[in-house]
Amino acid sequence: MIGPNGAGKTTLLRLLLGLSRPTAGSIHRRPGLRLGYMPQRMQVDASMPMSVARFLQLGQPGITRAEADTALARVRAQKLRNASLADLSGGEMQRVLLARAASRKPELMVLDEPTQGVDVSGQGEVYQLIAALRDELGCGVLLVSHDLHMVMAATDQVLCINQHICCHGHPEQVSRDPAYLELFGDKLAPYSHQHNHAHDLSGDVLEDHSRCNHDHSRREPGHE
Amino acid sequence: MSELVAVLGSQFLWLALAAGLIVAAVGGPLGCFAVWRRMAYFGDTLAHSALLGVTLGFLLHLQPTLAVGATCCALAVLLVYLQRRQKFSVDTLLGILSHSMLALGIVTVSLFDINVDLLSLLLGDLLAVSPEDLVLMAAAGALIAGLLFYLWEPLLAFTLNEELAAVEGVPVERVRLALMLMLALLIAIAMKVVGILLITALLIIPAASARRLSHTPERMALLAALIGGLSVLLGLLASVLWDTPAGPSIVLAAAVLFLCTQARPQHS
Repeated sequence: MIGPNGAGKTTLLRLLLGLSRPTAGSIHRRPGLRLGYMPQRMQVDASMPMSVARFLQLGQPGITRAEADTALARVRAQKLRNASLADLSGGEMQRVLLARAASRKPELMVLDEPTQGVDVSGQGEVYQLIAALRDELGCGVLLVSHDLHMVMAATDQVLCINQHICCHGHPEQVSRDPAYLELFGDKLAPYSHQHNHAHDLSGDVLEDHSRCNHDHSRREPGHE
Repeated sequence: MSELVAVLGSQFLWLALAAGLIVAAVGGPLGCFAVWRRMAYFGDTLAHSALLGVTLGFLLHLQPTLAVGATCCALAVLLVYLQRRQKFSVDTLLGILSHSMLALGIVTVSLFDINVDLLSLLLGDLLAVSPEDLVLMAAAGALIAGLLFYLWEPLLAFTLNEELAAVEGVPVERVRLALMLMLALLIAIAMKVVGILLITALLIIPAASARRLSHTPERMALLAALIGGLSVLLGLLASVLWDTPAGPSIVLAAAVLFLCTQARPQHS
């Protein structure tokens, strides 16, 4: 899922996760769906004495110490097992969160900007880990990202939103979509976007805008 | 010294010690959550409503500890509700409630001309604990301990990250309410021990002292309970030896123990 700041990516994610309730519309979720969630960031107060290994087992009685170690090995973070959760760097915390999400044997992993707070050299590694986990666990991955290069290279379906669904589909198809090009430009520069249509303050598309060249009257599927 | 021996034979001292130890035992683990979740101000707000509870109890002819417990629980529920709806920061909200409650308590005391000993409410009256008080305190203490034991893992998950806990199936709102109600109950029974003004100290100081000596949350909770108990013991002893007020002496003992733990090098 991509889109400019304020597009509603996190809001949509929170709705899908059941963290907020929709004011309109409905969400269909298969009963008993096992979710693995990786929040955008997690800050642990320094007053909390908890090791990484304990965190992986917390609230998950089915997970043994050995399984926690396996989960850490999967994200190449074995050396962190006895580290204090409050002392982790941004990149280390993201890996630990990924390990926890994966240890729940999820059917769907939901990741909200997984490389936020990770330095540039570590970002590629996080994406490689996500891809490896998907192959190993055979789960779906729903990912919010600002990194268009990664999105275009590594995903099967792209949902481009800006308070409404601008376009969606296979990355190649999306990257040629006029709505996408207008939003992100053809140089894949995420923040220099121009609109072909105007939004009012609540984010609704102003239909009578003369330069609008894609159809907003069509109801977009994909509110799921 | 013979004075001390004579005093050791008196019932009130043992009642006071038992009451103090009950509060320290559950106050330690709950205090850890207050520290982890930065809830010190919450404790203060609930404590400041205790005076109103006393006056309501007096007007409605209820047992004071029960009346304070009910008032604090009502305020805790109100806080949980307001926190979700208000645009103000939690700090502002607590500042408004905390001091309005204290003022309301003091105004009702004078309005209805209620004969209460303000000083003993504010600073505690540990040496006047009655057997009946002790039974109530033990019951409330057992309830808090049971809830803590039963909800321990969900409480920890909720403390680390509420959203992660919610997605993983922890009933976050119920856990939050349970934590607030436990705090409210603790404040009702701790009022007798250290008084309204000093309750937060008994929550925060032992937990903060335990942090340096702990590498797991369980150890920190147990150590906080032990350090709290030791503070009660030392404070009472000082109170008997030098005739100082019991509540403030206990808090001072806790503060001295805190300083001692800080002298030790940092433990991860």
